[in-house]
Amino acid sequence: MGIIKASKLAFDYLKMDDEGKVESRSRAIDDVDLDVNEGDFIAILGHNGSGKSTLAKHINAILLPTEGVLYVDGRDTRDESKLWEIRQTAGMVFQNPDNQIIGTIVDEDVGFGPENMGVPQQEIWQRVEDSLKKVGMWEYRDHSPNKLSGGQKQRVAIAGVVAMRPKCIVLDEPTAMLDPNGRKEVIRTVQELNRQEHVTVILITHYMEEVIEADRVIVMDQGKVVMQGTPREVFSHVEELKGYRLDVPQATLVAHELQKAGLPLPDGILSNEELVRELEKLHRQTQLP
Amino acid sequence: MSIRLEHLNYIYSAGTAFERQALHDIDLELPDGQFIGMIGHTGSGKSTLIQHLNGLLKPTSGRVLYNGEDIFAEGFDLKQLRSKVGLVFQYPEHQLFETDVFTDVCFGPRNLGLPKEEIENRALAALQQVGLKEKYYTMSPFELSGGQKRRAAIAGILAMEPEVLVLDEPTAGLDPKGRDDILDQVARLHSERKITVVLVSHSMEDIARYVERIIVMNHGSVLFDAAPRKVFRHYRELEQVGLAAPQVTYLVNELRAKGWEIPTDATTVGEAAQAILGALGSASSTQA
Repeated sequence: MGIIKASKLAFDYLKMDDEGKVESRSRAIDDVDLDVNEGDFIAILGHNGSGKSTLAKHINAILLPTEGVLYVDGRDTRDESKLWEIRQTAGMVFQNPDNQIIGTIVDEDVGFGPENMGVPQQEIWQRVEDSLKKVGMWEYRDHSPNKLSGGQKQRVAIAGVVAMRPKCIVLDEPTAMLDPNGRKEVIRTVQELNRQEHVTVILITHYMEEVIEADRVIVMDQGKVVMQGTPREVFSHVEELKGYRLDVPQATLVAHELQKAGLPLPDGILSNEELVRELEKLHRQTQLP
Repeated sequence: MSIRLEHLNYIYSAGTAFERQALHDIDLELPDGQFIGMIGHTGSGKSTLIQHLNGLLKPTSGRVLYNGEDIFAEGFDLKQLRSKVGLVFQYPEHQLFETDVFTDVCFGPRNLGLPKEEIENRALAALQQVGLKEKYYTMSPFELSGGQKRRAAIAGILAMEPEVLVLDEPTAGLDPKGRDDILDQVARLHSERKITVVLVSHSMEDIARYVERIIVMNHGSVLFDAAPRKVFRHYRELEQVGLAAPQVTYLVNELRAKGWEIPTDATTVGEAAQAILGALGSASSTQA
């Protein structure tokens, strides 16, 4: 069994009337099966309201399934006695860094998680140092978080999760509020954690460029998983993705436009490098005697 | 009709240990009817600058002129100015507070002291302009999706019938379709009602698609101020200040570096595709 496994997962948001009776229910996740292997980098795409964040919140038991079941490292999230272990296994990073930083000094903020877990003092500082070095923020350890840039704050938030030594990190639109540099910093940090520390990553984003290096892309619509595959497989379906209110990387769009104009390019081009390589082939052909 | 900023300086917490100069000697003219993009890294002074446009911040030195009048001169009607220069802050949906969408949108015009009928007409028109369907008008703003809330909040500003619309990252956190919808509607407002639009964004691709002029802020000063093609030509300098060019600009530059005869000023997907087809076409025709 993988580190995250969902089977027939469903979740209803309930609307209560004044007497606390259920007035209406709306299904946010509908019959989702998911199997994530340890060390995978998974990206989840989907429009606003498609159920991505609701699914993410199940992974560390902020929400519990209405139907079906979700296991985190073999533990059923409905088992309250396992709550701490589950949250320690799957850490979460949210969209707005200002809502998740609480310390007045960077290293104190990062130490908050392990301290709450009852980690001995000496080890806390060791973990703080390790995790700040991993996200490239060690030199800012004695700074005040509110003087940092958005990308730096978000990396401190990631360090705070890393200090709890989770096997899996769930990031819910971590770059939505960042400038281009901040976005690059955060994505690079997440990729390094995945590649070097073998942390399982589940990344929710609206930026298509951020998912082209993922092992697997999952597309959600109306609470269901509607597409799944490698980035190349998923982004080959430009029109279908647009139907789900999504987009594809710009290089893929340019390739799609060129195909429509009659250029014989392969499907599933993801990056500028790949497009340049394919165009070079065509260019050489036009220059042949 | 225009907004002029003359030698504008702004210092936060002047005279204290936390003193920090956020704007340095800004000189800008925002003429009527332009669609302007503003980019800059976090902390570059964009938000400080736009808060001067409707007098929310008072310059430490320098002047802000609206249609030639100093907005901080004695007797200038700042309330009137704020109905003419509409500011949509980041995450404007956090400012929705009324019990239903329609009442929320009425809040601005009601504060202008307009008659009831006029208020309601304006609210209706604004809700139509942002493309929010009628069934939502009576719902609580908190029942709407992220994109719908964002539109309701923008409608609240439009109901004031501003001549200048300033949007601070209006698409942050929206899905690609929601992003396109909102920007398309802003572009339509710009072309139909001839209002001036200032769009602050971290998405170079969005900026390239919509605006006719880009102002690049860096450390509180204006680094570039020109048409998108001209600004994105400096992509290396933009990278040094935490920004970038649209990805297609990198694409055509890479092809150029490989020896292609291709113009390097494409900033949108369509322009890049045209440039590539042109370059391949001319390569084959010179052979023929």
